[in-house]
Amino acid sequence: MIDTLRLTAEEAKRLLDSREISGAELFAAYRAAIDERDEELHCYLHLCDDPGGDGIPIALKDVIGTKGIPTTAGSKILEGYVPVYDSTVVERLKSHGLRILGKTNTDEFAMGSSTENSAFGPSHNPWDPSRVPGGSGGGSAAAVTGGLAPWALGSDTGGSIKQPSALCGNVGLRPTYGTVSRYGIVAFASSLDQVGPVAKTVRDCAYLYSIIAGRDDRDTTTVELPQPVELPEATDLKGLRVGVPKELNEAEGIEPGVTAAVQAAIARLEELGAEVGECSLSLSVEYGMPCYYLIAPAEASSNLARYDGVRYGYRAAAAERLEMYERTRDEGFGDEPKRRIMVGTYALSAGYYDAYYGQAQKVRTVIKREHDALFETFDALVSPTSPTVAFPLGARTDDPLAMYLSDVLTIPSCMAGLPGLNVPCGLSEGLPVGLQLVGPQFGENALFRIGHALERAIGFDPVPERLR
Amino acid sequence: MAIDREQLLHVAHLARLELREDELERLEGQLNDILHAVSKVSELDLADVPPTSHPHDVVNVWDEDEPRPCLSADDALANAPEREGDFFKVPPGGAA
Repeated sequence: MIDTLRLTAEEAKRLLDSREISGAELFAAYRAAIDERDEELHCYLHLCDDPGGDGIPIALKDVIGTKGIPTTAGSKILEGYVPVYDSTVVERLKSHGLRILGKTNTDEFAMGSSTENSAFGPSHNPWDPSRVPGGSGGGSAAAVTGGLAPWALGSDTGGSIKQPSALCGNVGLRPTYGTVSRYGIVAFASSLDQVGPVAKTVRDCAYLYSIIAGRDDRDTTTVELPQPVELPEATDLKGLRVGVPKELNEAEGIEPGVTAAVQAAIARLEELGAEVGECSLSLSVEYGMPCYYLIAPAEASSNLARYDGVRYGYRAAAAERLEMYERTRDEGFGDEPKRRIMVGTYALSAGYYDAYYGQAQKVRTVIKREHDALFETFDALVSPTSPTVAFPLGARTDDPLAMYLSDVLTIPSCMAGLPGLNVPCGLSEGLPVGLQLVGPQFGENALFRIGHALERAIGFDPVPERLR
Repeated sequence: MAIDREQLLHVAHLARLELREDELERLEGQLNDILHAVSKVSELDLADVPPTSHPHDVVNVWDEDEPRPCLSADDALANAPEREGDFFKVPPGGAA
């Protein structure tokens, strides 16, 4: 009997290598779990048949292009779109024998923090299905925690891997910008988008990252990793220096239960031998949100110009061409992409460019410099990932700005292109609390080491109480 | 800076979005709230700060100009809403 709720990818690999289970049995076990629980959780938008072989199954966020498998980005405008080529990350997974279980739900074009912006209905949090799994990669995060996939890929622009991992109680990495190819990924904001792993353990997360990372000739923003990925082993943190940015830990809106769990985890870091010191990210935290909500919509308005009903995707009926473009985009896009297209187009338009987009790019420099200075002293920075635990469905859907605040703690480091790891650190009100570790550029190995030691020390049970 | 109905329609046209009346009403308030929030970036005096367009110090990366395999016409047209021969077919005229 395979317990998909607890099986890690590492253990699955051991069982497959030693032939204690077959590849077909393993794939079937996940399909049985999906049959049992996905009606309630709605993690998947599309399921795949077992392609055969004995690799570990994996779920993919539906912004990741897959040859011959529908890829919708959670949007009606891409309903029925079937890519004719694989994204580079999918090629790499396949070359390691990994088998695609299916495509997971996402806020439309990865724009959102709850999956409620998906054109195909929201996903639900496995800890409490009346609550959101976070977003935009809520489908991948809920699938991993709900035992519907051993691990998954997500994508992160301002928090779409880390925040759902925090709300679902698993491990998610937003990699250093440029370490994972964006070729074949549905673009949202190209200077921010990064694909990354979601897993049950830090070691699984590191292993999956090692598979997908590295230079790709088809994405000229990618680089080779300066050091290979190290699977973490050590259970102590001697010699590591961890900074606690005051503003990221005391921001308005952080729930007391979240603060308590994170403070307890920070005390653990010290017990494990890390040097912990307070520091400041005042400008990044204060100006990160407004900076992000200019740059990301500006890039999105440009990237989403391609959805015009001409070459692929939805086309509205119209007698002449301009009408066809405008009607296709009105009927095909949901409210959130429209809001961002409008904000971005405005911020880039004549007369406003310098005051909005140009100024935001300068703020981005300030944010980058403020982070860089801290990494002269620290190996990693620690804070909550999300100010709150998973919130009820519908709680923030009427107020776009309230939804945007879900990412207030993850956005600053994204603007600086830095890696961030979410590790579960406890419960508040019976729901998972996520701890965010941010590192310098290419600092993933230190994040894995800290995350692994902390995971061992805390002993967080990743299986939701109601499913145990 | 507030955005009025005329500007809203102008931006919608630039973005090739035909917004319905109920959408325009909702968006007018929401966009003004969002623009008010993001205008916070103007508080900082950054005259001497260079802009960052990208997290890396990227330099141009050039490929050798050599032919290599690419999508076939059939693959490229596989998702076309409407096709005629090896062309994407669209309604006539009217594009601004």
